[in-house]
Amino acid sequence: MHAIARRRHHRAAPLLLVLALLALITGIAAVAAPSTAQASTEASADDVVAGERLFAANCASCHGLDAQGQDGVAPSLVGIGAAAVDFQVGTGRMPMQASGPQAPVKPVQFSQDQIEQLAAWVASLGAGPAIPTADEVDPALGDPANGMLVFRTNCAMCHGSIGGGGALTQGKFAPSLLETTPTHIYEAMLTGPQSMPVFNDANITPEMKRDVIAYLDFQSNGSPGGLSLGAIGPVSEGLWAWLVLLGLIIASTIWVGARSS
Amino acid sequence: MGAKLDRAASGTANYVDERTSIGGFVKFFARKIFPDHWSFMLGEIALYSFIILLLSGVFLTAFYVPSMTEVHYEGPFATMHGVEMTEAFASTLKTSFEVPGGLLIRQIHHWSALLFIAAILVHMCRVFFTGAFRKPRELNWLVGFTLFVLGLAAGFTGYSLPDDVLSGNGLRIIDGIIKGVPLIGTYTSYWLFGGEYPGVDIIPRLFTAHILLVPGLILALIALHLFLVFLHKHTQYPGGGRSHRNVVGLPLFPVYTAKAGGFFFVVFGIVALVASVFTINPVWNYGPYDPSPVSAGTQPDWYILFVDGLLRMWPGWLFGLPTEWELWGYTLSLNIILPAVIVPALFFGIIALYPWIEAWATGDRGEKHVLDRPRNVPVRTGIGVAFIVFYVLLVIEGSNDIVANLFHLSLNDITIFMQWAIFLLPPLAFWITKRICLGLQRKDRELVLHGHETGTIVRYEHGEYVEVHEPLDAQETWLRVSYENYTPLEIEPERNDHGVARNGYRWDRFKQRLSRFYFEERIEPVTPAELEAARHHHGGASAHGKSDAAEAESADKRLDAEWNELDGDAKK
Repeated sequence: MHAIARRRHHRAAPLLLVLALLALITGIAAVAAPSTAQASTEASADDVVAGERLFAANCASCHGLDAQGQDGVAPSLVGIGAAAVDFQVGTGRMPMQASGPQAPVKPVQFSQDQIEQLAAWVASLGAGPAIPTADEVDPALGDPANGMLVFRTNCAMCHGSIGGGGALTQGKFAPSLLETTPTHIYEAMLTGPQSMPVFNDANITPEMKRDVIAYLDFQSNGSPGGLSLGAIGPVSEGLWAWLVLLGLIIASTIWVGARSS
Repeated sequence: MGAKLDRAASGTANYVDERTSIGGFVKFFARKIFPDHWSFMLGEIALYSFIILLLSGVFLTAFYVPSMTEVHYEGPFATMHGVEMTEAFASTLKTSFEVPGGLLIRQIHHWSALLFIAAILVHMCRVFFTGAFRKPRELNWLVGFTLFVLGLAAGFTGYSLPDDVLSGNGLRIIDGIIKGVPLIGTYTSYWLFGGEYPGVDIIPRLFTAHILLVPGLILALIALHLFLVFLHKHTQYPGGGRSHRNVVGLPLFPVYTAKAGGFFFVVFGIVALVASVFTINPVWNYGPYDPSPVSAGTQPDWYILFVDGLLRMWPGWLFGLPTEWELWGYTLSLNIILPAVIVPALFFGIIALYPWIEAWATGDRGEKHVLDRPRNVPVRTGIGVAFIVFYVLLVIEGSNDIVANLFHLSLNDITIFMQWAIFLLPPLAFWITKRICLGLQRKDRELVLHGHETGTIVRYEHGEYVEVHEPLDAQETWLRVSYENYTPLEIEPERNDHGVARNGYRWDRFKQRLSRFYFEERIEPVTPAELEAARHHHGGASAHGKSDAAEAESADKRLDAEWNELDGDAKK
């Protein structure tokens, strides 16, 4: 006992312990982390198992271990499909930080691989929309003019004319789409997260969805007229007219008036 | 060379003068005296933004096609390729993207339109708070007010011309308001739109109103407005030597012509700067008009927001009763005409008639050419601030969705808050402003009677402390004592000695009540007798104290010097 205790109190012991721990962590990471070369969109059985574990650790406290949901707390996830999981977890909305009118966007909590594992497990519970392919969401393949027509008939009443966002009732809101990725836009249309209605493929065809993405992507070119003032319409324009335009001019009247002859 | 030029100039002037006798006018205008203050330039901002509007507007009419004929877009803007639209919208896109400088001119036009109304309002506030609307200028106040209303009309008719979704939604609301007027509403709407909304007539009609009718009226009224300014002479801020019978200032030529001319370019420069940096009314985002889509953030330009605010605030049910009635098969939309017609009409009516309301309360029939300091008319200043608060609350309610989104608030809570605030905050603002004004007047009295504090305190040998006050100079005193001291009206009794009721008693009683509301609570200006007494009492002590303090200070210095001398000797 005495000898062991003495060795444990050796001066180098803490350093050795840290080194040993580092080696252990690196080893586990090297074995556990799937190599990127192996990643594929097809969900394997392993992914489903890993997804179930992640779900139990991070989501089950609200949605239940069987993902059936709880009344008044969280909805059932059976049949929502991989697209919904990719959207909700991939934009950081889930896991939800605090209950409120609406789950806001926040830093994403999982790696893309983990999100796909979660999606694979949820998709295995019941058939639902899948994550769209790269071609389906490619803005270059869409028609922005048709996208404009689809967008303003179906989306603009909540998200604003070019997707700058807008308010809904009781503290809920339609978020700005100007920073959202094409895949997430597509998934949102397909699954109708939170207050948003579902726009299924019969309602808005996959081609029209891609046109909408092309229209929103076109907005990243910026406004031809200069700075867009938030692209929220005449209210911000009026505020700027008073504060900047009239403000500068009144400041100059005071300057001219101060130079009294 | 110089002599040649001079000869040519005087020759031309002489030639013109001999045929028009214009020399007298030029002399009259050039020698017209104007007082100097920066706040007198606020109206100029409105005038100059109107000139910018005329200049840029002429450019825009060269490319705009006021037609609702359907075409397919073939221009360069990607999100409009092949989209069906009216010629009005297509020509707006063409002006923006194909005409060189077209977008800049469009943005200059729209920014200066927003500036035009804002400058008119600020100018109106200056006139209101300084009492520049009093006799003989009541009619000019009315002309200015009409210009404000015409400015709104010019803005609204122009806003709709591009025929985009946003302005179309605004037009639809106007159509709804017109249809909400009982009996004549539906007919008026049909007459205006040439049939059921939207029809194909409204754009050409709005165009005529926007480029001919409304600007023509504005131009005529501006001429009248300025003519009356020349006729009445300009008002001046109070000060020594300024009275209701003179104007202290500088002649129009050369200083003011240079200042005003230069100021036009300052305004134009700032408008051009803002227009080249910030997008305004991006119709290419909204798309061509189609009655079905409405986008979030659909609002009018800021000057119509208050009507939108009233509509958004008005409850559908009031005390358990609906605000929309159906009587004998006819719908009576009180929920539209009350917020969108009656309340704005009352609000504007009070503003238009304000000079007369105040004249009833003062009973003063003299001409007023010296302005009031806002503190010296606490009730008027309070009413003005209450009106501003009322208006700003409506503007905020009109943008309630933007406010909710920006500050992460509930849209519903904002509306409920505003429904209470619109009744509670304006009276509160009135009361606070009135108290502040009365406080400032008391401070003025203090200053006049006791002078400025100098921070010097003198203690006498017998232990008394005296603070030295510096009396105000003549200009400072004049500014603080020379204001109208109105007292509530005294009226003749209801019945004469024979017990016969007097005609006009009720009207007199109304004026008396109004007058009491204005002048019951007031701070009297310092009278010469009070000033004399205060000078005698305080000034004496203060003057003594001052000389004693000076004496003590010199004694101090002497002692210091002696001490230093002794100190130096000791060190040696």
